[in-house]
Amino acid sequence: MAVTYSLPRMDGMRTDRLKLAASLTRPMLALVAAFALTTLALLSTGVSPLEAYRLVLFGAFSTPVRLSDMIMLAAPLLLCAVGLSITFAGGLYNLGVEGQMIAGAIAAMVPLRLWPDWPPLLLWLLAGLSGAAGGALWALLIGALRQYANVSEIFAGLGMNFLASGLALYMVLGPWRRQTSASLSGTDLLPRDLWLPTIDRLRLAPAAPLIALLALAVVWWALTKTRWGLEVRAVGLNPAAAGRLGVAAARRMAETLAACGALAGIAGMLQVVAVHHALIPNISSGIGLLGLLVALLARADPRWLLPIAVAFASFTVGSIQLPLTLGIDSAIAGVLQGALVLFALVARARVR
Amino acid sequence: MRNRSVRWLVLALTLLSLILTACGTQPAAQPTAAPAAEPTTAPAAPAEEFTFGMVLVGPINDGGWNQAHYEGAQYVVEKVPGVKFIYIDKVNPADRPNVKVEQAIEELIGQGAKLIITNSAEFADGTNIAAAAHPDVFFIHASGDKVLTGEAPPNVRNLMGRMEYGKMIAGCAAALTTEAGKLAYLGPLIDPETRRLVNSTYLGARYCWETYRGRPASELAFKVTWIGFWFNIPGVTLDPTKVANDFINEGYDVILSGIDTTEGIVEANKATQAGKRVFAVPYDFEGACAQGEAVCLGVPYFNWGPDYKRLVELARAGKWEPAWEWTGPNWSNINDPDTSMIGFVKGPALSAENAAKLDEFIAKLADGSLNLFTGPLFYQDGTVFVPEGQVADDKTIWYTQQLLAGIEGQSAP
Repeated sequence: MAVTYSLPRMDGMRTDRLKLAASLTRPMLALVAAFALTTLALLSTGVSPLEAYRLVLFGAFSTPVRLSDMIMLAAPLLLCAVGLSITFAGGLYNLGVEGQMIAGAIAAMVPLRLWPDWPPLLLWLLAGLSGAAGGALWALLIGALRQYANVSEIFAGLGMNFLASGLALYMVLGPWRRQTSASLSGTDLLPRDLWLPTIDRLRLAPAAPLIALLALAVVWWALTKTRWGLEVRAVGLNPAAAGRLGVAAARRMAETLAACGALAGIAGMLQVVAVHHALIPNISSGIGLLGLLVALLARADPRWLLPIAVAFASFTVGSIQLPLTLGIDSAIAGVLQGALVLFALVARARVR
Repeated sequence: MRNRSVRWLVLALTLLSLILTACGTQPAAQPTAAPAAEPTTAPAAPAEEFTFGMVLVGPINDGGWNQAHYEGAQYVVEKVPGVKFIYIDKVNPADRPNVKVEQAIEELIGQGAKLIITNSAEFADGTNIAAAAHPDVFFIHASGDKVLTGEAPPNVRNLMGRMEYGKMIAGCAAALTTEAGKLAYLGPLIDPETRRLVNSTYLGARYCWETYRGRPASELAFKVTWIGFWFNIPGVTLDPTKVANDFINEGYDVILSGIDTTEGIVEANKATQAGKRVFAVPYDFEGACAQGEAVCLGVPYFNWGPDYKRLVELARAGKWEPAWEWTGPNWSNINDPDTSMIGFVKGPALSAENAAKLDEFIAKLADGSLNLFTGPLFYQDGTVFVPEGQVADDKTIWYTQQLLAGIEGQSAP
């Protein structure tokens, strides 16, 4: 994020440049503040902050395996963040993304468990469709609660998250439990040929990041280049005004929720077929909420989604080494991620 | 410790996928070389440092299962010169949502580990995946059976202690002490391991209830409540603290723990301080009584150190072979730190009179005159677990299908 200030010139570009400078100063300040807070937390544990930062910031890039672990985390994270940037554009805070991911994972398991003998390619397609449908349905329930029962989508989303966790637990301990045992560690592993093709040594399933990047491109295009995207953004700015201009506001909101849910559902599907190869109770692993932080930090600007998702995934993967090499808890990555978002929000609020 | 030749014979048989012969009680301990390893006169031979790593499902200071493993590793470091120990603990979806076992193992190998110990049944799949990816690294999957089932790569070994004996002793201590005749078992998740341990506890309790208390088995209440995992995960498992208090409120006056952590003894202690009389038998870790000395009847514990030492030396010498091992106590002294995998420390709350009876019970187990897995034994649904006149073999015990008749609680989810 190298920023160069240039002297204001007396031409038409002047205001634009000032705007650019201003728009970059605030994130820079937020960045500095976030690192200051994290450094404080590190100093209080008595370890060298430099060493800790080296691991957190660059640890994920130190070996090929860590790099691919990072990519496999960044893929569902990016999917969730991309989905959330749609709901943000529509003015909705979809905190239910975590539950939509779980619902997608459960839905994706259905064809895999029903017809394990079908050709894998067909099954992956079915799992993807089913996962997307499951996530979308879960999100539409939130939309319905908002539309017809006047429940804020934030609370509806949180409630639906609990419901989805409960459902996943029930499936793991109930109908899909392992033979002879009931363990929260998850269902039996999927047959090996149903795993998304994976480079074994690296645990990398190349299809996962490709799907995420494709989703990013499509959503970027849809939000910025189509009439639908324009209407969604209009609804996000002012639903009433958009409605008066002839935009079906309620419909657009429901569509953004469904789109976000579908992407989260695909993320859940990837967790099942590409990462855990089973349904585990905590299949979403907090990735949805981390995606919320990514989307908040990116201000739903699609250009920032990818770098921030990659950065957050690297922090998380890099921090795994902390307890081993420095004897401190890996939660420090969470401190850094949280502080970044917090200060970014503060910085924005101050300017308003 | 079991006779080595018996162990190898057992191994050979399992590898041929034959049914194990019943080992019953083990002969006297094999004389493990006294740990007279003079580290001062270290010759040039073990110049190269040997690093072994451990992936633990819970925290190393849980006062239970994980601490026992951690101390076992510390024992190796103490006794074997030139050995370095590294670990990652709390590898579970609640504490580290984005860390899989394979990843944790990868980190340890990245730090130079040549031998990896994983300590949860949940880690079976991840251990095998990592072992297949690292054929040059040795793996011990503690409490697992993938070597027995033939699903593990050749660089994996399984190791478990015959806690059945520890649990029988625990059950006996509980039955000797209970005034209400109501024993409660704080169970983790339901799988063959936890079922056979509950059954062993019940068998020990029932025997001592009938033999030393002179009461019929029908007057002994024995209830198990499963919390759903090895330790409390808020919002996911039942809260063991609450379950323990439910036991107490329902009038159970001994809480036997089967989970990794110490809620059972902690709550029993609180209730006792509040004027009730509730006893506890914690689990896993030798020092677990410290959480509530006044109510502790004793603790059956794992002593992983000697076996880990033997296996580290085996790996270092390059003499590794796949094996599924189920190590019993050293019956000549079950609390010998250098030879006995399974021990039982009596707690301060066990009366001297009952302690003497317990010793008698242990002596019967030790000399083989008492085998509680002798038929007829029935499962909860009335089917036969061990037919009359027969003794359950290892595989039957290992793969216990249900809780025994007489136990209140779920056999299967």
